Amino acid sequence: MGVSIEVNNLNAWYGTNHTLQDITLHIPANEATALIGPSGCGKSTFVRCLNRMHETNPIAKVTGEVKVGGQDIYSETSAVEVRRRIGMVFQRPNPFPTMSIYDNVASGLRLNGYRNRRVLDEVVERSLKSSALWDEVKDELKKKSGASLSGGQQQRLCIARALAVDPEVLLMDEPASALDPVSTAKIEDLIFQLKVQYTIVIVTHNMQQAARVAERTGFFLNGRLVEFDSTHKIFTNPGDKRTEDYITGRFG
Amino acid sequence: MATTHPKSSTANRRWRWFANHTASVLAVASTILVIAPLVAIFVDLVYKGAVSLNWNFFTKLPAPVGENGGGMANSIVGSALLLGLASLMGVPIGISAGIYLSEYGRGTKLSNVVRFTADVLNGVPSIVMGIAVYGLIVVPQKGFSAFAGGVVLGIMMIPTVARTTEEMLLMVPHSIREAALGLGVPNWRSMLSITLKTAMPGVITGCMLAFARVAGETAPLLFTALGNEFWSTALNQPIAALPLQIYVYALGPYDEWHRLAWAGSLVLVFLIVVSVALVRFVTTRGVLKGAS
Repeated sequence: MGVSIEVNNLNAWYGTNHTLQDITLHIPANEATALIGPSGCGKSTFVRCLNRMHETNPIAKVTGEVKVGGQDIYSETSAVEVRRRIGMVFQRPNPFPTMSIYDNVASGLRLNGYRNRRVLDEVVERSLKSSALWDEVKDELKKKSGASLSGGQQQRLCIARALAVDPEVLLMDEPASALDPVSTAKIEDLIFQLKVQYTIVIVTHNMQQAARVAERTGFFLNGRLVEFDSTHKIFTNPGDKRTEDYITGRFG
Repeated sequence: MATTHPKSSTANRRWRWFANHTASVLAVASTILVIAPLVAIFVDLVYKGAVSLNWNFFTKLPAPVGENGGGMANSIVGSALLLGLASLMGVPIGISAGIYLSEYGRGTKLSNVVRFTADVLNGVPSIVMGIAVYGLIVVPQKGFSAFAGGVVLGIMMIPTVARTTEEMLLMVPHSIREAALGLGVPNWRSMLSITLKTAMPGVITGCMLAFARVAGETAPLLFTALGNEFWSTALNQPIAALPLQIYVYALGPYDEWHRLAWAGSLVLVFLIVVSVALVRFVTTRGVLKGAS
């Protein structure tokens, strides 16, 4: 089951660039939460702080508190442990090019030492079914490279790979921005099904997408969270003038 | 459009045709110029070497001076042993250094020193390497040895292996590393099982390049392995090697020796090609459809 995420006074830097300033918000469990805002507003940095990917950059720094299911991920656990609990799907599909479809999905478990063939088979099938890719690839699971799939299939493969380690939260950083409309629709359908089991945070440039898939939406601007409310409220009656300007296309 | 664009006038089209074909001819001519010496050497080698090749060449020891016949069995085994020793030392150290350079030492002072040293080491004449190892190993141990020969060849492999490993690891996209880290894979594990594995074909090419280069080295072996007319696979004794035997025979006064030197050269080249092809075959087995 998904868990809720509580963020208190989160600040992040790249070198001297203060990319996130005093972010405080509460992301409820088993819902999709969308983060919108113009390029460079800090929304990607924000999701990367939720699974401690931000700190993989040597010049990055972060302060504040992020509680996932009540546990502070910066003080009460390790980065590796956090990333196992919080899966991530990146902007560009990034399957492991030397691995088969099967090995890609199994990689998270295998690289952490699981070897049981039967369990792996089950997990791979379940994950590929959850990401709606199973029917398209089931005949060539071990013969075809993950890199030989189409862009949309690759992204669903990456979702399956993230689901295979059984995370509680799924972070998606513009998962459909490199895909065509048909593949995008499939990913969106998927988000609807996945939020039954997982808490989903999705960064998107596409406001219609946010409106379609998310219960809640946050609007970021210049490293600050301008407004965070139900998606309905944000898109019909925003509380802040800047939010209104952005969603009506007056800037950004 | 009724008007003709000035650029597509007849004269202009002729000029473009001429320029295009001149460039093509020049390119093809340069290609032939590059390939020709290689083909010439190879044909000459096969022509002169094949006539002296027989079963004895692979099974017999060199004949005593004045007798005809004999072979290079001990040199073939000696070369294999020396190259095995060299790879055992050069490949792991080279790959580890390459990993350090690309993954852990980015921008540090030590990595710059290591990179500079590797490049200089690559440019040091092989005979100087031989003298250095002579001073470091042969003199203290009071004797030439197969071990010293393996060490000098191994040292010569390190810079090539290290630098190609570094280049190949740097070519692995950042997104692949992020994917592994995002799955909760520890850094070291992601490094070995994902980054290095993705770069492996290139790393192997680097190793084979280094292997082929040292396989033909003669000068450094003169001071270390020395050569041996008899059977020996002992690591602390002088050992025969194909390049050394070729060197001795080629400089000798007898026609029979010259013929054997040609045969030895052919066998050396052939063995290098076979071992490189074999490694390639073994490592590319199981590559998947559409893998990049």
